[in-house]
Amino acid sequence: MSEPLLQVERLAKRFGGIVAADDIALGIDKGELHAVIGPNGAGKTTLIAQLSGQLRADSGRIRFAGQDITALPMHKRGQLGLARSFQITSLFLDLSVLDNVALAVQAHAGHSFHFWRDARSEKDLREPARAALERVGLGNRADRTASSLSHGEHRLLELAMALAASPRMLLLDEPMAGLGPEESARMVAMLRALKRELTILLVEHDMEAVFALADRITVLVYGRVVASGQPDDIRANEDVRQAYLGEEGHG
Amino acid sequence: MKAELSPRTAVAGALFAFLVLLPVYTTATGNLFALTLFTRIVILALAAVSLNLILGYGGMMSFGHAAYLGIGGYAVGILAHEGIVSGFVQWPVALAASALFALVVGALSLRTRGVYFIMITLAFAQMAYYVVAGLARYGGDDGLTIQKRSQFIAPLNLTDKTQFYYVCLVVLFVSIYLVSRIVNSRFGLVIQGARSNDTRMRAIGFPTFRYKLVCFVIAGTLCGLAGALLANHTDFVSPAMMYWTRSGDLIIMVVLGGMGSVIGPVFGAVALLVLEEALSGITEYWQIILGPLLLLVVLFAHGGIDGLLQLGRQKVPA
Repeated sequence: MSEPLLQVERLAKRFGGIVAADDIALGIDKGELHAVIGPNGAGKTTLIAQLSGQLRADSGRIRFAGQDITALPMHKRGQLGLARSFQITSLFLDLSVLDNVALAVQAHAGHSFHFWRDARSEKDLREPARAALERVGLGNRADRTASSLSHGEHRLLELAMALAASPRMLLLDEPMAGLGPEESARMVAMLRALKRELTILLVEHDMEAVFALADRITVLVYGRVVASGQPDDIRANEDVRQAYLGEEGHG
Repeated sequence: MKAELSPRTAVAGALFAFLVLLPVYTTATGNLFALTLFTRIVILALAAVSLNLILGYGGMMSFGHAAYLGIGGYAVGILAHEGIVSGFVQWPVALAASALFALVVGALSLRTRGVYFIMITLAFAQMAYYVVAGLARYGGDDGLTIQKRSQFIAPLNLTDKTQFYYVCLVVLFVSIYLVSRIVNSRFGLVIQGARSNDTRMRAIGFPTFRYKLVCFVIAGTLCGLAGALLANHTDFVSPAMMYWTRSGDLIIMVVLGGMGSVIGPVFGAVALLVLEEALSGITEYWQIILGPLLLLVVLFAHGGIDGLLQLGRQKVPA
């Protein structure tokens, strides 16, 4: 491996007196599934927000695919192939499932000042959208209204929308949040299938899922990287046990 | 789209056939009253269709849509008063003035949401109302009589009531077709996405403000055209055309007919104005009957008349 696909150097972010990111360094290789774990308030969502461009870092650098993206706005990062899913499901509930994903495709297909052609019959939009739905197993739900889907299906739809932009890297913010055991298993299987083909940064509370999926794990506590390494190293790491695994007892 | 005959297509088809054939009946019987009434209905249906584009599809609750009726109307009235009677001048001016007004109102109001948006659109419309009421040269409060209708090339003659009715009807049909193209285009999906979840739209990379602004201008322009027609219909313009109660009427038409359906507002306009006409024949206090009727529709018929017609065909989302 040469340069990692995503490289973060000395990233820092402060909200008033609260340090959300303190000198964070991360390197994520192409094809890797990298999990970021840590107790509540450790700055995991802040990290994803900074990587996706929703928040601007106070200092530090973010490089993606050999390009400095620290100063790029959100939609430019999206165009480079960095897609994120949301922790709190945020969909177009009164539109059809397929429309939801097709809008995500459309967002990357130039401007939308096209007033005449029926967008619902445009193959350029509908086919990638259908393909993304098939991949997450929602192919048979395409024509339903998004609001009629279950919570688990909403999470999958979120994932499909992130996939629809054919990204190089996915930033997933707690895709398992609020899922039942069965739905979680389905999501884990899904992520395992996406692994290798896509580079994934996964923020997740579900430790079982994280240790089952991750190639490497980074542990954040109060905005600092406490440890980073392979799952077995992390499990054995005394600092991590103290700072996080034992103390908080998430699982 | 299935070709089978749903209640909705049946009713829409019957209504359109009725509208197309109405002059045959009125010419045969000499019932000019019905023709005048339906000319007015067709014009206000056009205004409602334009409002529906922003209200139903875009979720932009504009409470000042009648302003464009007034601006389109006054463009025709003022030009006629100054001796410019060519429709080829009057109508483009009416459209351009409405578009410009919509651009200004939209640019300011679309930065706000909810109640503020409603209040700003209302405030602009009332401002326009007081401005024309203050135009002493053009009749001020009393309004302005239009001596001569917009002139086009022969044989088109708007003074002929039947011809004028058909002009309005063609404009309505063409507008419905335009709106149906727009709402199903990429642009239309962006507008609907912004209604549904504006934050998410921006997160996936759509600068929604400019799309909504363009939509707002299209709707205002279309309503300005309705205003130009209305001025020709009544041979008179007055500030009352753009009073806030008129904006309310247009909202009622859209809600009654069915928000977010292209032909819904046409149902709404016909239902409201025919009811108004019929009930006011029964009693002076017809609004006492109309009010509860509206309440019933809003409470029980989600999606208005158009929603009722589709009942049982569409699964209601949970």
